[in-house]
Amino acid sequence: MPRTETYLDWNATAPLRPEAAAAVTAALACCGNPSSVHRWGRAARAEVERARTAVAALVGVPGHGVVFVSGGTEANHLALLGAGRARVLVSAVEHDSVLCGLPEAEPIPVDCDGLVRLEALQLLLAADPRPTLVSVMLANNETGVIQPAAEIAAIAHAHGALYHCDAVQAAGKIPLDMASLGADLVTLSAHKLGGSPGIGALAVRGELDLLPILRGGGQERGRRAGTENLPGIAGFAAAASAAVAELAIYDQVRALRDALEAQIGAAAPDAVVLGAAAPRLPNTSAVAMPGTAAETQIIALDLDGVMVSAGAACSSGKVGPSHVLKAMRVPPDLAAATIRVSLGWSTTEADIGRFLDAWTALYRRRRGFVAAVAHTQPAAHKGKARAA
Amino acid sequence: MSSPMDTPANALPIYLDNQSTTRLDPRVLEAMLPYFTEHFGNPHSTSHAYGHIAAEAVERARAEIAALIKADPREIVFTSGATEANNLAIKGAAHFARAHPARAHSQAASPRNHVVTLATEHKCVLESCAELERQGFEVSYLPVEPDGLVDLDRLAAALSEQTLLVSVLAAHNEIGVIQPLAEIGALCRAKGVLFHSDAAQAAGKIPLDVEAMQIDLMSISGHKMYGPKGVGVLYVRRRPRVRLLPLIDGGGQERGLRSGTLPTPLCVGLGRAAVIAGAEMAEEAARLRRLRDRLHQGLARRVARLGLNGDRERRLAGNLNLSFPGLSAPALIDACPSIAISTGSACTSATVEPSYVLRALGLPDAIANSAIRIGLGRFNTEAEIDFAVDALAAAASRLAAENGVRPPAGVPT
Repeated sequence: MPRTETYLDWNATAPLRPEAAAAVTAALACCGNPSSVHRWGRAARAEVERARTAVAALVGVPGHGVVFVSGGTEANHLALLGAGRARVLVSAVEHDSVLCGLPEAEPIPVDCDGLVRLEALQLLLAADPRPTLVSVMLANNETGVIQPAAEIAAIAHAHGALYHCDAVQAAGKIPLDMASLGADLVTLSAHKLGGSPGIGALAVRGELDLLPILRGGGQERGRRAGTENLPGIAGFAAAASAAVAELAIYDQVRALRDALEAQIGAAAPDAVVLGAAAPRLPNTSAVAMPGTAAETQIIALDLDGVMVSAGAACSSGKVGPSHVLKAMRVPPDLAAATIRVSLGWSTTEADIGRFLDAWTALYRRRRGFVAAVAHTQPAAHKGKARAA
Repeated sequence: MSSPMDTPANALPIYLDNQSTTRLDPRVLEAMLPYFTEHFGNPHSTSHAYGHIAAEAVERARAEIAALIKADPREIVFTSGATEANNLAIKGAAHFARAHPARAHSQAASPRNHVVTLATEHKCVLESCAELERQGFEVSYLPVEPDGLVDLDRLAAALSEQTLLVSVLAAHNEIGVIQPLAEIGALCRAKGVLFHSDAAQAAGKIPLDVEAMQIDLMSISGHKMYGPKGVGVLYVRRRPRVRLLPLIDGGGQERGLRSGTLPTPLCVGLGRAAVIAGAEMAEEAARLRRLRDRLHQGLARRVARLGLNGDRERRLAGNLNLSFPGLSAPALIDACPSIAISTGSACTSATVEPSYVLRALGLPDAIANSAIRIGLGRFNTEAEIDFAVDALAAAASRLAAENGVRPPAGVPT
């Protein structure tokens, strides 16, 4: 019997949008190398350039401002290493691909809501006159917290620094425009907004020179070598266009997410939503069930067909608390009890219902039922009930 | 895809550029499709079923690719393609040797800082080496013999106590020449030098055995073997352990050598492509050799002093690099719109300079400028080959007549 599966791990990856599936499938049948000068090659090149314009439109830059890369991780590396700045400041809640991109980067602290402390950023910039790149993500992958990008950009620019913004989680969920963000470099990933995995882009404002990480055939105007991933690029463009056209769906997603949090709050007064006081993505909820390890929650939810995660998928295999929650000074026991619930454009009220059923059932087992059993049954049954 | 011969006016030309990229095999497409759609999970999501399904598919693909080159699945690192694999192998090995000299080469008193490669390597190898030179490494770009093959004595002489890595293309992208990998591997192993081979063109086309050939690092591309674009692998030897510094760090995927969410459908596609290529290799190579010889002989009968660049025997079954003395290759290609061929590497085909590869063979510019690359592949038919012979021969004689050009005296043929 096929069980009903409820996918609430959209921040890890999103399903391929139908428009993207059609574009990927069509491009997979197209054989040319975009660098070849014969007709097969020219057809492939035309497709790449059409797609570049569509992806550029997602962030409001001209087509030539988009450099296609293999994904968000590579784009973040290209921004940090390629901008060629002597000094790099990164927020303490950045994705691992930013934090590991340049181990010597200096951290910018965040407040307990996960927002960058602007006065600390100013002090850091004022303290050292070297050419600097500031890298602060638009929305956090674990909490959904949205940074004040325009203010960060203004501070960075006032000190002559460049601003790089990892918009992997924000793109397709909230409006995005490089000019209003004030960002000089923006990281995008296709598979988070309904394209296929293995393709991303770094959007570049103006004529900023980038030192390539991958060298070779001179593709992407010398900024990133390697034969272009044509199906990935075509799917990325289709997904980007669909995401822009359907952005209003996220009003409904927000309503579902808010209802989810409200019902959790009603059922479990001690539950905590992290970053709730800050502006957040409409689809993300980092919610703690105090006293119950995230791993326990995830296994229990998975048994009920509900898929969520304990944090970033890329570090799912890692042990230890989330660096994001740690930077927000969330107490370690609360951080260890936090799961990430992330919704998407096809999430339904029924999905939320199934999540709430599973979550509250677990909550009751861990609280009331155990207490009730302890109250009415012989002590020998206590351990059994707890193990369930 | 309809045959270009049906409606030459608007159909795409016959595809004879399989060294540039290959058509996705329909069987590969079929294997990939479910992982684009229903099995879309992030393979690194270890907390739920969608992630597990994707992770299992990735690991199956990893084993399939390992089997093609007689490696262990744990030695396969997925990358975005051969360009990234080559960059990672060369820069990763050099950067590790500089950062951890004692761990990289146990007997080394000081960090090894010398890399040896061939003048005819792919651009991404040469550019990676050039970057190392700017960082203070020494790089020797060895010349090749007129047939495109490495001179093993010269290679042996180039290796020193300081040499950390030798990088040699397994099969050449322009001239198809297959290098003596086992001999190079033995030389390198004897000197404690890492041996990297860019096998983007060779994988799935000729037998490769990383043990027998003593290869330490090997790059493979998906789209050169009827798999998808956007994926490749770097083979990284475990015993004795080869250590690299990653180019792309972050989530710690691929055992820390290459971070980033793995593209499950692309990995699955490369795995399926490896299985098919391995199973059909001998038969397909024989078929391609027959077609290639038919094309070569057909043209040789009709084109005066047609030249074959690169060793005649030790080359990929599907590759021809032919010079048409007295003609200009771009003009010849323009005159044959019904077949898709190129003057050389697609990555550099936008440039008008003669191929640096052909120059490295010692060919005069006039001959290099008259050379075209023909890459036959899995989907080419005998009828297409006969059509191509006619088209090329007719265009060559028409151009020769128009130009009134006779091949200059003294040009070797």
